Amino acid sequence: MEVLLYSIPISLLLGGIGLGAFFWSLKNNQYDDPKGDAERILSDEFDDHPKQD
Amino acid sequence: MSVSPASPSHSEPFEDEHVSASACPACIAAPSAEQIAKSGDIKGARIMLSLPTAHCAVCITDVERELMKQPGVKSARVNLTLKRASVDAAGDVEPAGLIAALDKIGYEAHELDPGMLSATEADKRGRDLLMRMGVAGFAMMNIMMLSIAVWSGAEDSTRDLFHWISAAIALPTTIFAGQPFFANAWASLRGGRLGMDVPISLAILLALGISLFETMHSGAHAYFEAATMLTFFLLVGRYLDYRTRAVARSAAEELAALEVPRATVLRDGEEVTVPVGELVPGDLIRVRPGGRIPADGEVTEGQSESDRSLLTGESLPVQVLPGMTLSAGEVNLTGPLTLRVTAAGRDSSLHRMADLVAMAESAKTKYTSLAERAARAYAPIVHILSFSAFCAWAWITGGDFRLAVNIAAAVLIITCPCALGLAVPAVVTAASGKLFRKGLLIKDGTALERMAEIDTVVFDKTGTLTMGAPRPQNLSDLSPEALSVAMALAEGSSHPLARALNEAAAGQGVAPAALSDLREVPGYGVEGVWQGQRVRLGRANWIGAEDGTTTATHLKIGDAAPISIRFADTLRTGAEEAVAGLKAQGKQVWLVSGDVEGAVSDLATRLGIDTYRAGALPAEKAQLVSDLTQQGHRVLMVGDGLNDTAALAAAHVSVSPASALDAARTASDIVLLGKDLAPVSDAASISVRARRRIKQNFGISIVYNIIAVPLALTGLATPLMAALAMSASSITVSLNSLRLR
Repeated sequence: MEVLLYSIPISLLLGGIGLGAFFWSLKNNQYDDPKGDAERILSDEFDDHPKQD
Repeated sequence: MSVSPASPSHSEPFEDEHVSASACPACIAAPSAEQIAKSGDIKGARIMLSLPTAHCAVCITDVERELMKQPGVKSARVNLTLKRASVDAAGDVEPAGLIAALDKIGYEAHELDPGMLSATEADKRGRDLLMRMGVAGFAMMNIMMLSIAVWSGAEDSTRDLFHWISAAIALPTTIFAGQPFFANAWASLRGGRLGMDVPISLAILLALGISLFETMHSGAHAYFEAATMLTFFLLVGRYLDYRTRAVARSAAEELAALEVPRATVLRDGEEVTVPVGELVPGDLIRVRPGGRIPADGEVTEGQSESDRSLLTGESLPVQVLPGMTLSAGEVNLTGPLTLRVTAAGRDSSLHRMADLVAMAESAKTKYTSLAERAARAYAPIVHILSFSAFCAWAWITGGDFRLAVNIAAAVLIITCPCALGLAVPAVVTAASGKLFRKGLLIKDGTALERMAEIDTVVFDKTGTLTMGAPRPQNLSDLSPEALSVAMALAEGSSHPLARALNEAAAGQGVAPAALSDLREVPGYGVEGVWQGQRVRLGRANWIGAEDGTTTATHLKIGDAAPISIRFADTLRTGAEEAVAGLKAQGKQVWLVSGDVEGAVSDLATRLGIDTYRAGALPAEKAQLVSDLTQQGHRVLMVGDGLNDTAALAAAHVSVSPASALDAARTASDIVLLGKDLAPVSDAASISVRARRRIKQNFGISIVYNIIAVPLALTGLATPLMAALAMSASSITVSLNSLRLR
């Protein structure tokens, strides 16, 4: 069962990274315009300067 | 392709839109001075445009490219979720020019007042809820992983270790993520009430407490995953509910921002632009042709015609001469006018209309939503169940409080209203998303439920069933020469009839005749010289023609007999479908208008409406709606004018087109964003389905409880069962709601 000593902290760490990424995206207005973002990917005119807030 | 450095931030994690607790429409009917004052200088560098018809990638590129082409525009960015474009431009760029440019490439656009769209405070709350939801979801999944190991047979020290790790995750998580519930529960307890949040908080805290106790004493059962799962599912419901209301609030803001009410005042001979709220009686105001009259006043200078259709529903313009009194809300058509303000703000006729609205509002009984009714029944039952379980087990076991508390907690956890909390918001989110795609913006959370109950629909005529835009009817009566003269004359005026005539003639491929000395006589018409003869186009009494009952303009060439050109209003797109659709659903349809009998009965026959009323005053419209309500009908009112506002407020549920006056939009629960009226009948059928879905959801959660509660009461419930019941019911309810899409 020693493997638990590694696997549990690792799983928590990975989950924590995911949570951190979620916080980051939330703070960076990644959810401002989900519909527009989904459509923009189909556009040929590339957005070289992503929106900054 | 474009950068917009400081767009207002809106968290919009799901692609849905809608709904509101609309504030008091009466207050907003006459936009307050403070609000207008706050919006700052008139030509801000940021222009916000509403784009009701934008829906795809092509729209984004088209609109952005077109806007960027305009001189002075630094950047433009479309937000498709909000259907808005924000434009950063030099100070001298006029929004009207941008709107015209977009109109040319086929996109409807309206100016928004950016000062009214600052939703940062509300946005912070949404983000806060979302963050708590994220934390609860993270904790739930990790604890579940450990719990599965326990359920599949981990024992002794391994189980204890897993329980301790779970506790280490669950405690901080629930304390952080559960705060919205704890705060609400505390507030309602202090107010001496038992809200929905009291049993929720009790369940979360009790579950944590006994789990911690059991873990310390190496017990077999711990409810950490149940506590976090509870928090997570309830937060999802809470968040959806919040979103519906936030979107509704932003819809209300957007509508308030649609019109930027200002007036041009003459002070010491100079024209100054001031917010309408700052006008005082005695001020001299200038109203340009095409402008809306901002306050009641007496005409001191100028001649023109005035369009009163929004106030009274009359479709014929009224001639305006010095000395006449005009009411706020009328539209000046042909010549510039100078008015001396007789009543502004609180005393103006616009505000009296607002009082009528306030009266209609207060007469209406408050609607109790399905969710409120469910919550009212739910809270006491759960407390009684769980408390009696505690007492019964304490008595049966002769004082084994550990077991009794365990069972009481299990009852609370199992009955916890995850499914109940999701039942309404999930359906409302799905339904209003569907309606938004059809071009309907729901401003009030309970509007959908109320919409489902209607059996009678009352339509206004001018501007609602019709476009409020006239079209010439008898151009074939005119000789080709007369038509080309009429067209040339019409070019000299911006009067709606002249413009309609010009458009229709151009549509027939007519070229305007060559005229000299073309001039507009405000209030009367246009005249010029054609091949040495005097030609005139305008009012009957000016031309020497007989005045008819229908909207008409008259043409006189030289000494020939005058020719009347009659106009009729065009039907709004989708009006036929909407009426037919509602009738097919078994609704009774009424047509009520302030216009003359002939025009109203014509339209009623054309649309197949059997019951109509003409010449109705605003108060009579509201009276009709309340009479119908008294007779036991549930009325849907569809209208756009100020004269409809009181009726809109009195109706069970109301719809107005986006072109309506702000007071009418504010008084209504649902706003039609596009020009098409057909979605009204869709809204009626979707709302019926939505309500059925909500009731099904309640049914599902009740069935789960019927199965699970006896098990919990008899002490047979395990954490595994609690987790299964909770997630299964929440997921079924969510999936059931999604079937609506």
